[in-house]
Amino acid sequence: MGLDISERVRSVPPSGIRRFFELAEERDDVISLGVGEPDFSAPWAARDAAIDSLERGRTSYTSNRGLLELRQAISGHVEDRYDLGYDADEEILVTTGVSEAVDATLRALVDPGDTVAVVEPAYISYVPGVIFAGGEPLRVPTREADEFKLTYEALESAGAADADLLMLCYPNNPTGAVMTGEELEPVAEFCREHDIGVLSDEIYAELQYENEHTSIATLPGMRERTVVFNGFSKAYAMTGLRLGYAMAPPEVTTAINRVHQYGMLSAPTTAQYAALEALRSCDDEVEAMVDEYDRRRRFVLSRFDEMGIDCFRARGAFYVFPEVPTDESAEAFAEGLLREEGVAMVPGDAFGDGGEGHLRVSYATGLDDLREAMARFEAYISD
Amino acid sequence: MTARDDLLDLLVEDARHTTADLARMTDLTEDEVEAALADLESEGVVAGYQAIVDWEKTDREVVRATVELNVTLDRETGYGDIAERLARFPQVKTLRLVSGDYDFLMEVEGSSMHDVSIFISEKVAPVPEVTQTVTHYVMTTYKDRGVALNDDDDDDRLSVSP
Ligand SMILES: Cc1ncc(COP(=O)(O)O)c(C=O)c1O
Repeated sequence: MGLDISERVRSVPPSGIRRFFELAEERDDVISLGVGEPDFSAPWAARDAAIDSLERGRTSYTSNRGLLELRQAISGHVEDRYDLGYDADEEILVTTGVSEAVDATLRALVDPGDTVAVVEPAYISYVPGVIFAGGEPLRVPTREADEFKLTYEALESAGAADADLLMLCYPNNPTGAVMTGEELEPVAEFCREHDIGVLSDEIYAELQYENEHTSIATLPGMRERTVVFNGFSKAYAMTGLRLGYAMAPPEVTTAINRVHQYGMLSAPTTAQYAALEALRSCDDEVEAMVDEYDRRRRFVLSRFDEMGIDCFRARGAFYVFPEVPTDESAEAFAEGLLREEGVAMVPGDAFGDGGEGHLRVSYATGLDDLREAMARFEAYISD
Repeated sequence: MTARDDLLDLLVEDARHTTADLARMTDLTEDEVEAALADLESEGVVAGYQAIVDWEKTDREVVRATVELNVTLDRETGYGDIAERLARFPQVKTLRLVSGDYDFLMEVEGSSMHDVSIFISEKVAPVPEVTQTVTHYVMTTYKDRGVALNDDDDDDRLSVSP
């Protein structure tokens, strides 16, 4: 039979982002507002801890669930910051990025034919993750009129009542939308009513500019039906170190760990030492990065506003999600902007339903480049 | 954080932000920014705006030295009096009273080592209250006022990513 590609893999197309990456790579004067990771390096103390761990020869596996010290630090951190209580021994699993945490969780919880409702626009890995796990994705679009927040009605009209799991992400990539505790409550109610489990990707929790983060797991009756994901990639600018974690009740954590144990063994050891130091001593650096993102966010929102472009006030992550100012598709507009002005933005439909007609604009780029990119954007639309 | 704090952070990071950009980043109007800056300047909170120059990358020779100074005080003369006298010299770029083995830490600039030595020996050492000077010539500057010099901050991220 040779090496036949599986039906499941064949059913998942390559990401629409890839094409834009290739277009952007063709020229070297591109200012990219299409980057989904911080432009900062990880705080030096964290990098230094990684180096130190290497010098001390700490290059072996850790326990499957991750260094106990790190899990304890995570437990303390999420308690302080988000009022989440998770036990370091039984309810926290350190993973190779949130990417692995989501993948392992889907494989641990999804049976063939199970439905996983995915709130869109969404980070591009969720739907493929559901399919690879043998589940059926059900897309739940959100709308700009709701500032891309998830509502009870949106869940209902997408037919999510029959779903087994709900995958959501606030603060959101690609829209920058956030949801307060009050706004999450109807979502929680829907999940309780229809006995739906929640997979909550909170990787951008720290990057919120007008609200404190509320985790859906802190709402009544939700802790027992929620898996919370978080990690170091965004808040600590540690994308390349590949470290995240999942938090869930003991039996669920054990199940996810079963997949992780066979599929990954343990998360990268060097990164775990870096993460431990990040939690211990890098609050000030995180705060400085958050302040900087916030200034850029305001700058970009102001510029779009001055250009008369509709763009709801995104309050989290490092994205804003303006409307395409012409009657072209987002893809056609983004391609024209890239070819003529050398500015890369990602068309919103690359992130699924509800994203069409929008552009994802990342402000994880220095202010000089943002200024220039906005000027080129303005020139492009006034031609 | 108040708008004033916000503005100070922004100016410390880059004093050349335009008023329009400052307004965009702080959600103030341009008029409010102008007014706040005028207040900060007139109150002396913002004492000046300067470029951070890496002279090693120019043809100009700029010699810098850090000088430790010990002084004696008497009934008529306090630290403030001595500082005022020293600070008047244009060669003195920074002057601080510090804790520890010596009293003042002074940064001096000149166009040659000779220039700086002459200045220390002819202008600083003879000040009656100065009892000792220790001069350290700067050989290389790696970081100046929070800015790393010779930093290759190439962006090695993928140009478009999820
Ligand atoms: C919403 C979201 N979740 C997860 C990830 C992946 O995170 P990690 O680097 O922890 O695998 C990203 C990265 O872009 C993201 O935007």
